Amino acid sequence: MDMSVPAGNNPIDDNRQGLIGKPLDRVDGHLKVTGQATYAYEYAEAGVPLYGFVVTATIAKGRIRTIDTRTAERLAGVRLVLTWRDMPPQGRKESGAAPQLVDEQVLHFGQPVALVVAESFEVARAGAALVSVDYEAAPGVYDLAAAKDTARTPKPGLQAPDSALGDFGQAFASAPVQVDEIWSTPHQSHAMMEPHATLAVWHGDQLTLYTSNQMLTQAQATIAHTFQIEVTQVRVVSRYIGGGFGAKLQVHADAILAAAAARKLQRPVKLALTRQQVFHVTTHRSATIQRVRLGADQQGRLQAIAHESWSGNTEGENGYESAATQTRSLYAAPNRQTAHRLATLDLPVASAMRAPGEAVGLLALECAMDELAEKLKLDPIELRRRNEPTVDPERHVPYSVRQLVGCMDEGARRFGWDRRNPVPAQVRDGRWLVGLGMAAAIRSNFLRPSQATARVDSDGMVTIKMAMTDIGTGSYTVFTQVAAEMLGVPPARVKMLLGDTEFPAAAGSGGSFGAASGGSAAFEACDALRQKLALLAGFDPATALFANGMVSNGQQSRSLASLAGAQGVEAAGAIGPGDLARKFSQQAYGAHFVEVGVDRDTGEIRVRRMLSVFAAGRILNQKTARSQALGGMTFGIGAALMEDTAPDPHCGVFSNHDLAQYHVPAHADVPELEVVFLPETDDKANPLKIKGIGELGICGAGAAVANAIYNACGVRVRDYPVTLDKLLPYLPAQA
Amino acid sequence: MIPFSYERATDPAAAARAAAQPGARLIAGGTNLLDLMKLQIEKPLHLVDISRLPLQHIEATPEGGLRIGAMVRNSDLAADLRIRRDYAVLSRALLAGASGQLRNMATTGGNLLQRTRCNYFYTPGLPCNKREPGTGCAAMQGVNRMNAVLGGSDQCIAVHPSDMAVAMRVLDAQVETVNAAGQRRVIPIADFHRLPGNTPQQEHNLAAGELITAVVLPPPVKGVQVYRKVRDRASYAFALVSVAALVERQDGRIVSARFALGGVAPKPWRVTAAEQALLADGAIDHAADVLLAGARGHGGNDFKIDLARRTLRATLVQA
Repeated sequence: MDMSVPAGNNPIDDNRQGLIGKPLDRVDGHLKVTGQATYAYEYAEAGVPLYGFVVTATIAKGRIRTIDTRTAERLAGVRLVLTWRDMPPQGRKESGAAPQLVDEQVLHFGQPVALVVAESFEVARAGAALVSVDYEAAPGVYDLAAAKDTARTPKPGLQAPDSALGDFGQAFASAPVQVDEIWSTPHQSHAMMEPHATLAVWHGDQLTLYTSNQMLTQAQATIAHTFQIEVTQVRVVSRYIGGGFGAKLQVHADAILAAAAARKLQRPVKLALTRQQVFHVTTHRSATIQRVRLGADQQGRLQAIAHESWSGNTEGENGYESAATQTRSLYAAPNRQTAHRLATLDLPVASAMRAPGEAVGLLALECAMDELAEKLKLDPIELRRRNEPTVDPERHVPYSVRQLVGCMDEGARRFGWDRRNPVPAQVRDGRWLVGLGMAAAIRSNFLRPSQATARVDSDGMVTIKMAMTDIGTGSYTVFTQVAAEMLGVPPARVKMLLGDTEFPAAAGSGGSFGAASGGSAAFEACDALRQKLALLAGFDPATALFANGMVSNGQQSRSLASLAGAQGVEAAGAIGPGDLARKFSQQAYGAHFVEVGVDRDTGEIRVRRMLSVFAAGRILNQKTARSQALGGMTFGIGAALMEDTAPDPHCGVFSNHDLAQYHVPAHADVPELEVVFLPETDDKANPLKIKGIGELGICGAGAAVANAIYNACGVRVRDYPVTLDKLLPYLPAQA
Repeated sequence: MIPFSYERATDPAAAARAAAQPGARLIAGGTNLLDLMKLQIEKPLHLVDISRLPLQHIEATPEGGLRIGAMVRNSDLAADLRIRRDYAVLSRALLAGASGQLRNMATTGGNLLQRTRCNYFYTPGLPCNKREPGTGCAAMQGVNRMNAVLGGSDQCIAVHPSDMAVAMRVLDAQVETVNAAGQRRVIPIADFHRLPGNTPQQEHNLAAGELITAVVLPPPVKGVQVYRKVRDRASYAFALVSVAALVERQDGRIVSARFALGGVAPKPWRVTAAEQALLADGAIDHAADVLLAGARGHGGNDFKIDLARRTLRATLVQA
């Protein structure tokens, strides 16, 4: 079905077993902590594999004059060296392929220029160092600020790059209270635990890739396009994925080069990117420069909002960071405009990272709101309350459910927001200047086409199959809860089979749409199976009850196992977006509250306390949902305080390409975080009435940190990350 | 990784002899060397494993100090009761460095010999005079937020990343060594690390095949011992600036002071004239001027000069 009419009452609402919302432990947790969950690089199939190691460019722009592979080829154990001259015909990027080693052009530092395949990983790596590449380097542009004036309007993606309503210029000019500031956010890297890795195996013309990818159905098509073969010739398996955050939405060099080499050598080939390579060979989130202008009347009612954002990408790429998008929906104002511009940078490809758009857009908008509240001498929550829209201000459609004010009020109460001193730099705790800050969270909600099958067998086991993925978020677990609740069996009687394109096509994990899309497909398949089972039992499907492995009509009951018989019973289900996505503005909301300390001598910043309240539809599992929120909030701390993939201004390398120098928050940087979910169901979203939560936690979290820093020490830093060197010149003189 | 041979040394002099061969390197905890080998920045042909040498004890010296065997693990050294009681600055510096897992492996000798964390040293293919002499220094005009503001040359502005060494510098530690001929010598910690000059690849004054056997701490001194490390995050990060300080006060007045900076130079940065200046007039600013004389930023690291000054003041006021 598609979501053209709101979901009616269903067994998920009834929740007779109480499984929906239950903080069930991860069903795959034991496998993972005992090392039995098999990740891409750990597969073995079709004999002993060969190992690949990628050779990457050491210039950022130019061309390869010559590649000398002879020394590498002579190294004992090296079986193959691939360069652009040796690649099979590949599809073009514009047609959905992901070609590698295309030609002699170098578009960014770290671009793969060769692959060495050898009997062992160590020999392949040693061989890679022996590949001698002579480059003709050309000057490049690596700094977004320098390229900003050459930026163009990108082609429309999911949404138009620009929007306008009313007369912003006039309204802003005549607004008595104004904010007009520029924020900048740095390039960021996903830094997921598992680097990209692939085992490629060919059986004749059939390719199987064990790889680490978030969206298998899409990956299957990309790989088929790349090698110019049929989709049915490609099988992609990603049963367990050690995090993605968007870095594994696309098919990267590990998969394409492993497949190319495996075909040539007629042997399985394993290829893992090193941690250092991941920074350049795969994607990152682009830096942004954002200008936000807010014009309000004396009562704090916004008359004009404008948000413009500049980001960068490699030559030929159209993807832009949609940092202004949430500004089209978050606050009311009669006059508004947003714009996105894209500059060409000679850096690795920029693409989606957790909450593309909002994650960095709110770092500007929500700090602008804090600055406006201060100018108006209004509490930041009160300012937001006064600008709460009744309908989506640009689309002029109602919200499906919007509980932003509820999130702020509940958070304020629990956090003790009333104890905040609005005058900055007033509160001390020993050497620490202490401040409180808040920000709103918003994240678009999506539903993507997905299919699933559900079957029950004579042993009473329920099996669900779909080409969905679990990137560590808990998909296996929440889908198990949905299936078990639908069919009246305990979770242990559900076999959840994901991560394989042999199964029905599914959305995969991305854009926080995984639980809604995959979960609804599972729901629909289980619903269809219920019908079949009820009819087999001779019961009215509309009133049949499923519980304890039985289906009953009130008088009689039959076990699912007996109805399944030797052949089993199977049903399919599908879900897709419909008119409701157009008729309603659908978002998840939240509010973050943060307490920070700033060292009065050194400017060191430490988060002391953080509490976030979210309203994101029904919560399928309080434990895995909370984990998603915690992870997002931690990302927010990182974005505010440390994450910064720093390009060298002269040679275009991401200079800090390892986890010693690319800092993400680790245990000592993250205090106890508190997460609250407000009760909510959204019947416009999907049959489960849930909304995406994988990205909501990061949205606005960093802005709350930055606002708390200002409250602590009276310094506004609009150039992220807020590191101590940016505070230092403004700290008070020492005693 | 380039193929290499491996042997396990049985006594220090034999280890020194083995290490004197061309292409040989000593390995103890391996926390730095193995990483660099994986990146093919270090390419030894032969590894001499000294981790089982009988240099794993901390013992009292007749002079009233402590002799720390070169193979004593950072975790054990930081936890030793005598170190915590009499040389607290050392224990604190150790615990401010690396992570628990790394400290469990890293050794006293190896910590002194760890190599810089300069981004460009870690990027084969880009210029780095330390990694490939004569290729230039990409850090000079690159991303140099973590680099040195003191003691660098136009060839290299890499920082020595050790916290432990900064504490040892204010403790006036001495490094004991043995060479392939079995000859022993003692190098004051002040003379152990070299400034880069025109030879940034030479980071210390050990001869080829010379092996650290111990670090000797003189008898403890009176006063307060502080190690203040300023870093970008609380978990596992190298110092932007650190200050090790030993301060003795009488009636609130400083009567003895030693202090050194970490994170700002190719070696622990101590200037005794700065300590004398502090004793002379008690003015921390004056002492900081002397300590930071000649400090020069390269853009991204300019802030370290002011940060060092502020951190020094905060530390001395606290001590």
